[in-house]
Order: sequence, then structure tokens, then C-alpha cells
Amino acid sequence: MSADVELDAKGLRCPMPIMKATKAIKEMKPGQTLRVQATDPGSKRDFEGWARNGGHALLSVEEANGVYTYTIKKG
Amino acid sequence: MSEAKKPKKMAIIVHSGSLDKLYPVFMLSSTGAAMDVETHLFFTFWGLMALKKGGLDKAGLPGLMTIATGMMKGKIRDAKVPTLTELLKMCRQMGNVKIYACSTTMEIMGVRKEDLIPEVDDIVGAASFLNIALDADVQLFI
Repeated sequence: MSADVELDAKGLRCPMPIMKATKAIKEMKPGQTLRVQATDPGSKRDFEGWARNGGHALLSVEEANGVYTYTIKKG
Repeated sequence: MSEAKKPKKMAIIVHSGSLDKLYPVFMLSSTGAAMDVETHLFFTFWGLMALKKGGLDKAGLPGLMTIATGMMKGKIRDAKVPTLTELLKMCRQMGNVKIYACSTTMEIMGVRKEDLIPEVDDIVGAASFLNIALDADVQLFI
């Protein structure tokens, strides 16, 4: 399944992945999906909390070779 | 984001002007801004010095560690972490981070309004901060 918006946050540290995701999701319509790739190991908990707080749904979290992929549906 | 939800509020007294303390302030503020947390920063004492023009760039490590400031800044840059000035800019772009300067500190330290960076929203006293903090979900002293 492809996402409506793709965001590459690989190599960036806290708080940059969250900042970039916020910027991206603000431009999106409710129901659209955002896929973020990040390498910061702290981003896993951060994205869970960020999505919950913002009323978005974290549809999936995948990890492969040190890259975390988050799929978020805008609420 | 549901419209009915009241935004959460965070109030931080920024008392320290050293690099290692200003980082958590601006990390939390920028992240808070991204999480729709209305953030209020009250800069006092050494913290206020960081609000002077060029102050954020001049902030170093405290005490004997001062000599290691350059090394720390290098490590921060290598980790691709933004500078304090860049974090401040991001906070302002998000729009929900307010910056206040403590009026009494300004008087004591001889700081004039025109010495401060333009991002300062207002010059206030303790009562103004308390009014905000009493109603905040997170209160910190850094």
C-alpha cells in the first residue's frame, strides 16, 4: 500500500523527525496517509506519543536494517 | 486533530543560560509545538542573557566545562542536531511558542528592550508567568 505523502527523516535526530512530520501532516487532509522513514531509535516511542496526542492513527511500525517506517493516518 | 480538544499547555522558567540547559528548553519547546502544546517560556537571570542578540550562539557549557564548548558544539553538529538558533526559528514557525523576558532581571542586569532578539513576545513579571503556569499541564524550571 502506498502512502499519500512520503517523508524521509533518515539520519535526523530528535526532534527533527517529529518536526518534519508535523509540517507534512499539516498540509494533508484528514484520512490521508503519511509514511515516515527514520533512523533515530528514539523515534519509535516519539511517533506513538505524537500520533496519539495529535489524534492521528499510527497504522503500522516496521523496522528493517535500522530504518523505522511509520505509516500514519491523519485524524 | 479534533477541534473540540483544548490544547495542552506547558510553562517553563528558563533560568540557565548555558548550552546544556538551553538545549532541553528548545528541544521540548519545538517538540511541544509539533504536538500542539501551547508553550510559554519565561526567561530570567542567566536565561535572559541568552535572549540578548547573539546570546544563543554565545551560550557555552557552564563552569570548568566552558573549555569543552567547541567540542560539544561539534558533537551536536555531527549528530545532525539543529543549533539553538535554528530550534528557536522552528518554534516560531510553529507559532505556538511564546517567549517572555523577565522585567526585573532586565532592570538588574541593565538589559534594554532593544538589546533583546525580536522573537521576544513580551516583557513581563512573575504574576504574568504564574497566571499562565497555574493553568498549565506541564511546569518546568530549567
